[in-house]
Amino acid sequence: MKANMKDINKNCETCPAHNLSNLVKLGVDMTHFDFVVALAGNPNVGKSTVFNSLTGLKQHTGNWPGKTVGRAEGAFQYNNKRYKIVDLPGTYSLLSTSVDEEIARDFILFGQPDVTVIVVDASRLERNLNLTLQVLEITDRVVLCLNLIDEAERHNLKIDDRLLSKELGIPVVKCSARQGLGIPDLLSSIHKVATKEFICKPYRMTNTSKKISNAIDDINKKLKEQFPNLANTRWIALRLLEGDQNIIDAIKSGEIGKLSFVENEN
Amino acid sequence: MLKTKIDMDKKEEILKLANKYRWELGENLHDSILESIYSDASNITNKVVSKIGEKPKFDWDRLIDKLVTGKLTGFPIMFLLLALVFWLTISGANYPSQFLSWILIDNVHHYLKMFSQFLSFPNWLSGLLIDGAYLATAWVVSVMLPPMAIFFPLFTLLEDFGYLPRVAFNLDFLYKKVGAHGKQALTMSMGFGCNAAGVVATRIIDSPRERLIAIITNNFSLCNGRWPTQILIATIFIGGAVPNYLAGIASSAAVVFIALLGVSFSFIVSLFLSKTLLKGEVSSFSLELPPYRPPRILQTIYTSLIDRTLIVLWRAVVFAAPAGIIIWLVANISINNISLAEYFINWVNPFGLLIGLNGVIILAYVIAIPANEIVIPTILMLTVLTNNITGFGSGAGVMFELDSVQQTEYLLRNSGWSLLTGINLMLFSLLHNPCSTTIFSIYKETKSVKWTLISTFLPIVLGILICFLVASVWNMI
Repeated sequence: MKANMKDINKNCETCPAHNLSNLVKLGVDMTHFDFVVALAGNPNVGKSTVFNSLTGLKQHTGNWPGKTVGRAEGAFQYNNKRYKIVDLPGTYSLLSTSVDEEIARDFILFGQPDVTVIVVDASRLERNLNLTLQVLEITDRVVLCLNLIDEAERHNLKIDDRLLSKELGIPVVKCSARQGLGIPDLLSSIHKVATKEFICKPYRMTNTSKKISNAIDDINKKLKEQFPNLANTRWIALRLLEGDQNIIDAIKSGEIGKLSFVENEN
Repeated sequence: MLKTKIDMDKKEEILKLANKYRWELGENLHDSILESIYSDASNITNKVVSKIGEKPKFDWDRLIDKLVTGKLTGFPIMFLLLALVFWLTISGANYPSQFLSWILIDNVHHYLKMFSQFLSFPNWLSGLLIDGAYLATAWVVSVMLPPMAIFFPLFTLLEDFGYLPRVAFNLDFLYKKVGAHGKQALTMSMGFGCNAAGVVATRIIDSPRERLIAIITNNFSLCNGRWPTQILIATIFIGGAVPNYLAGIASSAAVVFIALLGVSFSFIVSLFLSKTLLKGEVSSFSLELPPYRPPRILQTIYTSLIDRTLIVLWRAVVFAAPAGIIIWLVANISINNISLAEYFINWVNPFGLLIGLNGVIILAYVIAIPANEIVIPTILMLTVLTNNITGFGSGAGVMFELDSVQQTEYLLRNSGWSLLTGINLMLFSLLHNPCSTTIFSIYKETKSVKWTLISTFLPIVLGILICFLVASVWNMI
């Protein structure tokens, strides 16, 4: 019986679907990267654990919200592409105000990551989806990492990941980063989205009135004409509609165009 | 020129358009967007999540939460857990400590000395390198490594399990009362590991006023560099004052008492600050109580050994070697046959005695500004030096082998230390300036000389006052 188990494991490692052999953990060596990956999510869903298992770094993790206060960066190589990965502090929304949450928001909005991986707590899916949907409003290339899936199963929750993927229009990967499960799938999904092998068709809000979505589309179109380099014009349109004074000022002074330009250079 | 003009017009046009829509859509746009997101999230969740089997009859998470955050049970459980961690540390660290000092100090030091004689090193060189730098380092390793290797993994296990936010939850109402932010409980807990880390962790607090309070009071969390001092002194003086079978419990209780005293000081000082220098409203916040997760024991032990223990130990070693050299120098450079150290010690001794300490302790705290970890080795070495006690070392300024707590006790008691000196040293170790790394972190986080100076001098002024009070009361009785 024991020998049997061993054989099965061996077969797993040689199977082409098992891609861990293509993973090179680069730690903090972030030279010449091809893609930038942002790691976002609610506080305390295991972003740092995912980050560690991809980069081989040992960023300290702990079971409390707010553990990561700055943004940690690391790198890995997968299928001969080099990825820089940025571990962001946890946020509940993109409309928040504290320093650590601003760091996360600004990076997703203006850092223009090639792929944004949203790590969610599978046992608290509904609350976590609130942030996910907000991120999907502003960026196209997203992978959802259903982390802590073991925790969810322990609570007798069953999640249909394929249906979720269809609903959201993005790849969904079941993971338990603490146990190292699902990391190969996560890697191949990141790779597919980064190389545009998988084209996301992100879910957009449906319950808003026709009036609101028309208004957003209209302003969005004008913004795109005026600032062709600007990422996330949809979000800026939304902020304009809400009367965000910072954004209004930034448009008046033209700084908003510069903002995206500077971040592009980085 | 013309292009700029057109640009301006276009920008104005966008803003006007947005303005027009804003009027059309009305005020509750923000709410309606949030509502739409929430209902979408809920719809999708209902589609993809299903519950299998029956609901477990017994919800452990609920039960544990009821106990550890309960009104009656929350605080006692907190104290008991803290006491248990210290008791395990104190009773577990003794033997490995003895073993390490037997290797590093009894044996390696001896061979290094022989080796330097073989190479015919001049006396001052072997003194500086082997008796100064090497012995200070060896001391720090054998005194600090065992308690740290026990304390950090235990603390990390509690953290991994999800206990820390419950502590924050328990303490929140107290913080609110003193005008500080509830998340200060979390940064305070970080401070129990390292104050510099605790200061950086205050970034999770939004309001600048409450963040400053958290930064200034972080030093009242006993950091790991001070635990060994507390543990050793408590073992000698508190454990020694009670019958043998109570020694372990009494000394653990004393250390817990000092730690809790630190917590009380952080409340008192927070209250003082929020009533005087940092007036303002308490901001509200929401803190998620994370689910309990079974801690990954092996992984936790591994990462806490590598990440915390070794890094902190390395820092201590880096500071101990130069400090060892300085100690050796001040003990061996003499003017009129009296060493520099003795001049200083004799000069501050009256003041030291006034606050229930002595000149040696004060000089040790001056030398140990870079790292609290080296306080005890420095004190022991200076004690031998100034009292000309023989049988321990091999000359002035040489750190010596103390195989056991008993020998340390014998040495200290013979140099005029009393129970009062022990108690006041524990108090002073809690209440003095932060180490230089923490001071630097405070400056980096606040970017203000004023707040850095306040954070540096406030605790030491408090410490001198408290020690003076205790000494006066003690002497009256």
